[in-house]
Amino acid sequence: MSEAINKIRVIPRLDVKGTNLVKGVHLEGLRVLGLPFEFAMLYYQGGADELLYMDTVASLFGRNNLHDIVKKTAANVYIPMTVGGGVRSVDDVRGLLNAGADKVAINTALFANPELVSRVADAFGTQCMVVSIEAVKVADGRYECLTDNGREKTGVDVFEWVDRVVGMGAGEILLTSVDREGTGHGYDMELVEAVARQAPIPVIASGGAGKRQHVVDVIKQAGADAVAVASILHYDLVGRVSHDESSGEGNLDFKKRTGGMQEQLRKRIEPTSVEELKAEMVRNNIDTRMGDGGPR
Amino acid sequence: MIVIVDFGLGNLFNVQRAIEHEGGEVLISNNSGAIRSAEKLVLPGVGNFRAGMTALQERGLVGCLIERAIDGIPLLGICLGMQLLMDESEENGHTRGLGLIPGKVSYIRNQRTFDQSCKVPNVGWRALFKNPGIDTWQGSLLEGFDEGADCYFVHSLCVKPDESGDELAYTRYGGLQYCAVTRRGNVTGCQFHPEKSGTAGLKIIHNFVHGDK
Repeated sequence: MSEAINKIRVIPRLDVKGTNLVKGVHLEGLRVLGLPFEFAMLYYQGGADELLYMDTVASLFGRNNLHDIVKKTAANVYIPMTVGGGVRSVDDVRGLLNAGADKVAINTALFANPELVSRVADAFGTQCMVVSIEAVKVADGRYECLTDNGREKTGVDVFEWVDRVVGMGAGEILLTSVDREGTGHGYDMELVEAVARQAPIPVIASGGAGKRQHVVDVIKQAGADAVAVASILHYDLVGRVSHDESSGEGNLDFKKRTGGMQEQLRKRIEPTSVEELKAEMVRNNIDTRMGDGGPR
Repeated sequence: MIVIVDFGLGNLFNVQRAIEHEGGEVLISNNSGAIRSAEKLVLPGVGNFRAGMTALQERGLVGCLIERAIDGIPLLGICLGMQLLMDESEENGHTRGLGLIPGKVSYIRNQRTFDQSCKVPNVGWRALFKNPGIDTWQGSLLEGFDEGADCYFVHSLCVKPDESGDELAYTRYGGLQYCAVTRRGNVTGCQFHPEKSGTAGLKIIHNFVHGDK
């Protein structure tokens, strides 16, 4: 299997609302954790392979609002950055790339406009075009795609959608299990394995990691080419960074609580640093880039 | 002045930032005059080979790039920019390149030893190793680079220089061993993105800014 020969990427996923880093469960119920840029710098210094920024309310406002955060990050962080949330057009993509993003993740806009995949791939290269899929398991056991940050149903089968976007020039798939996201119960192994097997392009597994072992499992057993991780990394850093008190967005009580973690999540989430996570991967014979974190 | 050639393909600002971070003075330009007076040149690029050559031709930049390479000006090609240095590529049918380094560009999936269960594009961090016959990276853009350190790759085609002397570093992916850095005199190509490869990549950018290659 590929993990024995190829290094697996660890990608911290930073969900942004306004000016704050937030974390939700099932992509909602957002809690403010701190300033995105500060978390990003710490992840870069800790040896993260890439960064992923998602604007969680962009489709509500009809645009992606992360340009300032992207610019500041690109000025200080020399690893690839993917940005998503509310990206609707080739012009939107150009704007984000000019701000410093290397890749864009698009979901919602593709359902009205599937040929956007080809247009972005033609204009900027396939490597730039990450198709984001938010998957939910439905009553008969099938998986369907959601849009609008997990808020809207499409009725579209995930596996049919994968074939379609691959055919149109997608470079990678960012696969999020909405059922697992934020719960700490682990990735949806069945979903990841099926998509990783089907797609000839890299699949980034996202949604559900609560322990380092979950990350090991989704790579070794489900064949993920890369992992996006949020809760276990953010909760490890949450005590250490400041946050923008002036912004009213998100639930501030979480940040102010000493220890900073709600009881029900405390047992399931094993806070971990990027270094610790990668060390665990290596102990399990998963090759990954070690050391060479950004300048401290 | 280091000039980054703007032929409409690629995120030039990231390359600019990395060069400035290492103390270089940078101009982004599609003007042949600026290219003719540059002390060093960077040819970046993402996208496809045919689009890249067409873009260079439409802007009248092919001639001056070749002239400057012959003049001995340090020229660094990154990713698609590296591929464009070669004689030709099989991407979207055969297209001729700048012909500055003898060799060809071909699809990863067409390589006999490639493990087809692996994904293309090849996206991620891969280690750089010295090619056999290369004793040292001293005097090249890889001077001081730790052998075995990783750089960030994202590509679907790979470069095969005709002459082994033009292969400075190789990498491995999916059972394939292929050229990561090609160098012929003052012309160097990196298949990976040094501007996106953390401190390892910044070392290479530093050498480009401050060295004579």
